[in-house]
Amino acid sequence: MTLHLYDRPGVYLVLAAFLLAAGIYGLIRRRTLIGMLISGELIFSAAALNFMALNRFMTPDPTVGQIFVLFIMGLAAAEIAITLSIIIAVYRNYRSIHSKELSELNG
Amino acid sequence: MIPGSDYLVTGIFGLIVATTVGGALLAVLSTRIIRSVTGLAMCCVGLAGLYYFLNSPFLALMEILIYVGAVCVTIIFGVMLSEPDEPEPQEKRSREALWGGVALLVSAAIFWGVARLGLQGRWPAPAAPVGDGSVQAIGISLLTTYSLPFELISLVLLVAILGALTIAHGGRGKE
Repeated sequence: MTLHLYDRPGVYLVLAAFLLAAGIYGLIRRRTLIGMLISGELIFSAAALNFMALNRFMTPDPTVGQIFVLFIMGLAAAEIAITLSIIIAVYRNYRSIHSKELSELNG
Repeated sequence: MIPGSDYLVTGIFGLIVATTVGGALLAVLSTRIIRSVTGLAMCCVGLAGLYYFLNSPFLALMEILIYVGAVCVTIIFGVMLSEPDEPEPQEKRSREALWGGVALLVSAAIFWGVARLGLQGRWPAPAAPVGDGSVQAIGISLLTTYSLPFELISLVLLVAILGALTIAHGGRGKE
């Protein structure tokens, strides 16, 4: 009797759904900008895992999904660079990166 | 084939899935932000293992190189330059519990819905395979079919580096 869980697309899709849900939970609950950034990275990873699972099991050409996930990684790296520089600039101005205290534009 | 190797591979797969899930939970639930970064790194190592199981060792290497090697280290620099620990909750306890419940409800609903879609969706059977998805095939497609996005992503990275330098450049205020 063999299990072969790793040959079923369902496992990967459920895992990607879990990563998405964990990221959204973190986005709602976190009160600092860096914590929200980490949750956003989890959501990126969920999307990439979904692409890879569908690429492995459903598409005829397995190259396409890999290239797409490579582009996702490049965009995530660019996003991290920009976001961290914004966070550092905010910290210099406000001496805090807690999202409750950044309320100057609050109506 | 060695007897019992199936169990060995399934065990390794289970370990990788546990690493991914545990890393994601640690990244979301811990209050010290440095542990949260560690959780993200664990999650990315697990994802690299999953990519390996999905027939893509190239992407597994890239995941470790980019996420663990670059993204997590950059976030740790950001942690060192600011004070990011979760503050003590200042609201009333009941309000806090209410928001926790709402967040848990929303994320559980999303998990249930997406997982159900993934498990019950009628996926089309794959057509006859073309190409093998090897590193050579990836390189050829990157320089022929996908050459425009390839050049564009390098431009995006260049602009991101310049933008990050410009935004973070402003000198320290004298206070």
